[in-house]
Amino acid sequence: MIELDIRKKLLGSQGEFFLDIKLHIKQGEFVALFGESGAGKTTLVRCLSGLADPDEGFIRVNGITWFDSAKKTKLPAQQRRIGYMFQDYALFPNMSVRGNLEFALRKGADRQRVNELIEIMALGELQHRKPDTLSGGQQQRVALARALAAESHLLLLDEPFSALDQETKVRLQDEVLQLQRHFGLTTMMVSHDVSEVYRLSKRVLIIEQGRILREGSPAEIFGAGQASGKFSFAGEILAIEAADVVYAVTLLVGNQIVRVIATSDEAQHLKPGGRVTLLSKAFNPVLVGC
Amino acid sequence: MIYDWQPLLLTFKLAFIATLILCVIGIPFAWWLSQTKMRFKPVLETLVSMPLVLPPSVLGFYLLLAFSPTNWFGGGLEHLAGIKLAFSFQGLVLASVIFSFPFLVHPVQSGFQNLPSSLSEAAYTLGKSRWQTFVHVLLPNIKPQLLAGGVLAFAHTIGEFGVVLMIGGNMPGQTRVASIAIYDEVEALNYAAANFYAFVLFGVCFTILLTVYLLNKKFVTRLGGA
Repeated sequence: MIELDIRKKLLGSQGEFFLDIKLHIKQGEFVALFGESGAGKTTLVRCLSGLADPDEGFIRVNGITWFDSAKKTKLPAQQRRIGYMFQDYALFPNMSVRGNLEFALRKGADRQRVNELIEIMALGELQHRKPDTLSGGQQQRVALARALAAESHLLLLDEPFSALDQETKVRLQDEVLQLQRHFGLTTMMVSHDVSEVYRLSKRVLIIEQGRILREGSPAEIFGAGQASGKFSFAGEILAIEAADVVYAVTLLVGNQIVRVIATSDEAQHLKPGGRVTLLSKAFNPVLVGC
Repeated sequence: MIYDWQPLLLTFKLAFIATLILCVIGIPFAWWLSQTKMRFKPVLETLVSMPLVLPPSVLGFYLLLAFSPTNWFGGGLEHLAGIKLAFSFQGLVLASVIFSFPFLVHPVQSGFQNLPSSLSEAAYTLGKSRWQTFVHVLLPNIKPQLLAGGVLAFAHTIGEFGVVLMIGGNMPGQTRVASIAIYDEVEALNYAAANFYAFVLFGVCFTILLTVYLLNKKFVTRLGGA
């Protein structure tokens, strides 16, 4: 059980703003932080890990105070027992893949865990290589394995699957979900990817300018709940072209580029780079296995 | 003609001891300097760099004053610990450490600064202490800079002349290092002996630097082989 109520001044692209977050997370819960870059998601995760300090507030985990500005107490990052996967992976260049995992073991931990993780993450052939010789996706797998090797109670994942191809991503997401449930790991994940948030998390917090704008289950937040019989996609406008009396709007939905028609009234409010929700009635959907 | 090896041996002994001391104090200091956000950091950095720009005779002069038994520092040391700094080997070691300090600290400090901070942060979240992180994560990842710093400090101590002349004098076996011996032999118009010392120093310094560049190239190609 995590109770957190913190404030911290941050410097964003549009000047100063306050990270102001109040949060309860249940034991074993999988929470996703969703929002634009620079909204304060990573700072929140860093405060939880002990690598950054809030200006004021408190963080309590399972009844133990990790941080309290009023009492001036702070538990150092070393004693918080967290598994933190960094956005830049932070693999130790001087150690092999196996060395990185072994370094993460706590005192007296079972060394067998390293072998298990190497197998789960399919790192067997890479285990004696140095991180610099691996691809981005491979490094990401090692970083994830290392965060899990620490046998922590709390897993913090900062964009954990961003550098992976679709196939590896789905496989690893399954593994993480299994491990997370198996160990009852309370997990907080920073992500920009709707499908990832949907698959993994039970609760999403939409963070904007340092505050929780909305929170709820992924289905509530991303709208699938009310959209029965309708498709609803989040898309980004790539281009708007005039075609006779209507406009052709080119959208990026997931990895697909689609073109839809908009009336001139609708097109007035749209501009390239903006985000839209594309709704469509499912009259006659055809599902093709792949 | 029989050549006197003593000044050369003394030179290498001095350089070796000074470099050892420099590594012990300079590397932790460089790390601290790379981390600190203290207000006086620029002042400290300036002090560390001063030997780079100061004429050796200036530094030598002030060290001589400080080391003098009539001064509280030199006198106190001699009185309390029995260490005589002026015109002694110990004095040369101390002066060399001060004089070669920036040559070790600069490369090592920039090595620490160029490491992504997430490396030590990752080690902290894995429960490793600052010391464990320093030894197992930070130091192994700045090997080229450590090597460069150590070798530069060593080579620079070998080549030092002005400071040594000011505070060491020219006592055989005590303070008569090779660079002083060369000057001495030239004064005495003994060019063959001067050439001998000069040639050995040239050869040794060339070999050391060449080794560093070759080793660093190996490091770099190994790191860049991704």
